[in-house]
Amino acid sequence: MPQVSMTVNGKPASGEVEGRTLLSTFLRETLGMTGTHVGCDTSQCGACVVHVNGDAVKSCTMFALEAEGADVATIEGQAAADGTLNAIQAAFQEHHGLQCGFCTPGMVMSAAALLKENPKPSEAEVRKYLSGNLCRCTGYHNIVKAIMAASGQDVGAIAAE
Amino acid sequence: MPADGGIGAATPRREDVRFLTGAGNYTDDINMRGQAYVAFLRSDVAHGKLKKVDTGAAAAMPGVIRIFTGEDFEGVGGIPCGWQVTDRHGEPMQEPPQPVLAQGKVRHIGDRIAAVVAESLEQARNAAEAIVVEIEDLPAVVDMKKALEPDATKVHDDLKNNLCYDWVFGSDDAAIEGAFSKAAHVTTLELVNQRLVANPMEPRVAIGDYASHSDESTLYTTSQNPHMIRLLMGAFVLGIPEHKLRVVAPDVGGGFGTKIFHYAEEAFCTFAAKALHRPVKWTSSRSEAFISDAQGRDHVTKIELALDAENNFIGLRTDTLANMGAYLMTVAPAVPTYLHGTLMAGCYRTPAVQVNVRAVFTNTVPVDAYRGAGRPEATYQLERLIDKAARELGADPIALRRQNFVTEFPYTTPVAVQYDTGNYHGTMDVLEKIADIAGFEKRRKDSEARGKLRGFGINCYIEACGLAPSHLVGQLGGRAGFYESATVRVNATGGLVVMTGSHSHGQGHETSFPQVVADMLGIDPSMIELVHGDTSKIPMGMGTYGSRSLSVGGSAIYRATEKIIAKAKKIAAHLMEASEADVELKDGQFSVAGTDKSVAWGDVTLAAYVPHNYPLEDIEPGLEETAFYDPSNFTYPAGAYACEVEVDPDTGKVEIMSFAAADDFGNIINPMIVDGQVHGGIGQGIGQALLENCVYDETGQLLSASFMDYAMPRADDVPFYAVDHSSQTPCTHNPLGVKGCGEAGAIGSPPAVVNAVVDALQSGGHKVDHIDMPVSPARVWAAMNNA
Repeated sequence: MPQVSMTVNGKPASGEVEGRTLLSTFLRETLGMTGTHVGCDTSQCGACVVHVNGDAVKSCTMFALEAEGADVATIEGQAAADGTLNAIQAAFQEHHGLQCGFCTPGMVMSAAALLKENPKPSEAEVRKYLSGNLCRCTGYHNIVKAIMAASGQDVGAIAAE
Repeated sequence: MPADGGIGAATPRREDVRFLTGAGNYTDDINMRGQAYVAFLRSDVAHGKLKKVDTGAAAAMPGVIRIFTGEDFEGVGGIPCGWQVTDRHGEPMQEPPQPVLAQGKVRHIGDRIAAVVAESLEQARNAAEAIVVEIEDLPAVVDMKKALEPDATKVHDDLKNNLCYDWVFGSDDAAIEGAFSKAAHVTTLELVNQRLVANPMEPRVAIGDYASHSDESTLYTTSQNPHMIRLLMGAFVLGIPEHKLRVVAPDVGGGFGTKIFHYAEEAFCTFAAKALHRPVKWTSSRSEAFISDAQGRDHVTKIELALDAENNFIGLRTDTLANMGAYLMTVAPAVPTYLHGTLMAGCYRTPAVQVNVRAVFTNTVPVDAYRGAGRPEATYQLERLIDKAARELGADPIALRRQNFVTEFPYTTPVAVQYDTGNYHGTMDVLEKIADIAGFEKRRKDSEARGKLRGFGINCYIEACGLAPSHLVGQLGGRAGFYESATVRVNATGGLVVMTGSHSHGQGHETSFPQVVADMLGIDPSMIELVHGDTSKIPMGMGTYGSRSLSVGGSAIYRATEKIIAKAKKIAAHLMEASEADVELKDGQFSVAGTDKSVAWGDVTLAAYVPHNYPLEDIEPGLEETAFYDPSNFTYPAGAYACEVEVDPDTGKVEIMSFAAADDFGNIINPMIVDGQVHGGIGQGIGQALLENCVYDETGQLLSASFMDYAMPRADDVPFYAVDHSSQTPCTHNPLGVKGCGEAGAIGSPPAVVNAVVDALQSGGHKVDHIDMPVSPARVWAAMNNA
């Protein structure tokens, strides 16, 4: 079987894969990094979003071999080494932007990509950007709030607690 | 807000940190040494005779360990049903068997024909595709009305017909006919509460493991109630005594009802692990989930309301067909009956109410509880009907509801239940404020100026939560107790472990339950750890569904903590050389009233485990107590919801402009979590009202079998919601005064949305009385242009 090598959260990672092995499978099964979740098989739910060379990618829709040499970032690498949550993670906790937690890794990774390209998104822009990330628990209310709060906006004035 | 993290504090959730850092431990994250993988071969026809299942070539493929078929499960129990409904003639419902793997026939798309166990998932899937199956197609029974015709093909050959039961409940015929015969006005509505797919974001997973040295089986599974799975699977399917069977439901990625039930895949993995002496893992794909997770709703109803000349409700009569699908899942028969018919009175003092439900077998995926389970169906019918009545009578829809509200409690309805407390005018008062009803006409004019039709929809709901008084459930055909359990284990150094039979799969129990105990003991919540989801660690518990966790499970924790306090006071009295009756506990400190004597919580817990100075002649060492709490009644959360929509008259597209929810949940432990529960329920309710539809064609093929075809609500389909639970009438019969909040949003929102859409169309001069959900642009446009 072919060998694939990449950088995951700043550390070198490699393993043997089949040609059909998905990046999400490589992360979860080969590397044992189970923070990236798989919630569908049609690229709809977004639980598997990771960053590949800085871009948000649905890792269930990319072959592991396509990530050869790439710089991959996953949910496991978002907090500081001492466990301190980053601004988006902290906002999700503060604003109760997660319940069962299954969609959360993808939501956090998508939010990070959004705020990189649009540091102060409007409510409509956040909702539009998240249309590729499904959540069944929150009705999206607190996810949208959390992302706007992480961008430094006063969400108390935007939506009631 | 209390600053101490006790009852009423919006404490951030402690479980969030692991979920936000990828450290959650969901079932699919578990991998056992030497595990094998399962792929099920599922039927691609809805109904047929199995003529041949040839596994020969497939079994010889690389990596295949063994292929199982129905023959391997002859003599093994079938998947049991946990509730027996008695029909209108006193006869038990028709109850067909559900084999783990198909025997002789397949009865729905996705029915399990064979299971391949292989060294890798890819090998298992490859071999499953290579199994040669011959099926003699039989006519598929899909439509419920056709299924009940005398010459309809039978889903189950051994049953008399496709009728599971014909159930009548509530007022007798004389009372109901009397009401309708003297009515000044009768409003009638026929409607469909469409089939939905629960779709928790985590697909189901099962891992069976077997230890031959101890003859112990372990099942890791995505369940809302691990003990119930242990009982059902151990006692009824596989014949494994409970002490040799452990069921673990670790982090579970949402349930919404569909993870209550005991599924064949769980039994298969447990069975195969023992047969093969290897761990066996099955992970559902989303496509597989659409054809194997129990689905929800699917009622067709005719409902009639009789009013007198003063617009008082005097009679209500319903006739419902409820789809069971091909097999009876765990609580399926109870959903259209005791979780639906008993709520048909709603918030209103209608003196005569009669409910008829016929449950029907069809060649479709089985149907069971989905968030709200029967109560959304009841609310939807009633509240759509009242809106129609108001329009026919020229009455204000809010005034008509207010006029008929129950206002005196306790109130026993004609459909058996007794509302212990409530204040329906109170929640309506809150709603009128937060929905800014006074400003609606101006907003309507603004919309019209932009070429849009604006509508306002109201809805009042009541639900029965806190399942359930066991003696009552037993009388109604439930085959289980519905208490909840808790053990509180205090450690020598003062920390606590609370073991609950409730299961958290998004509800935040790890945060909110310790708030209760911390409040009672006056200690910091960080001293308290919650354990759930593992039958080897927790007392026999009934799990989480029906908004029961806090009202029943929380009450068990309350009772166990009371026992802890009672014993701790005895110890403290001994240490302080005081009378037990004089000992008080406040802020984690025991003191003697009227003196300066005191001992700290930690002094007492240490004494309990190092009993050197201890009343050993009176009490045992240690500090650990268990309580089982069986509620004396259901709880009755209620509320009033309002939705405003804009309809584009050119396309029929509906946009939700605002949504407001005023709920009465009784006392609140963590308002942040309660808000989140309501938000999520509203999101699902809007999904049902506008988007979601599980559709079979006439041959029983599922047309909406992926997220490409089944329209889940997305972030840009919904607005921010205004939620308020300040109108509170605490439950009168549980120690916390709580009612439950998990399902309210999903129950209360669909009628508000549809009422708003009809109101918008009416404002544009379209004489549209009703549109079935989902209120899609095509349906709205058709209604506007045909009416």
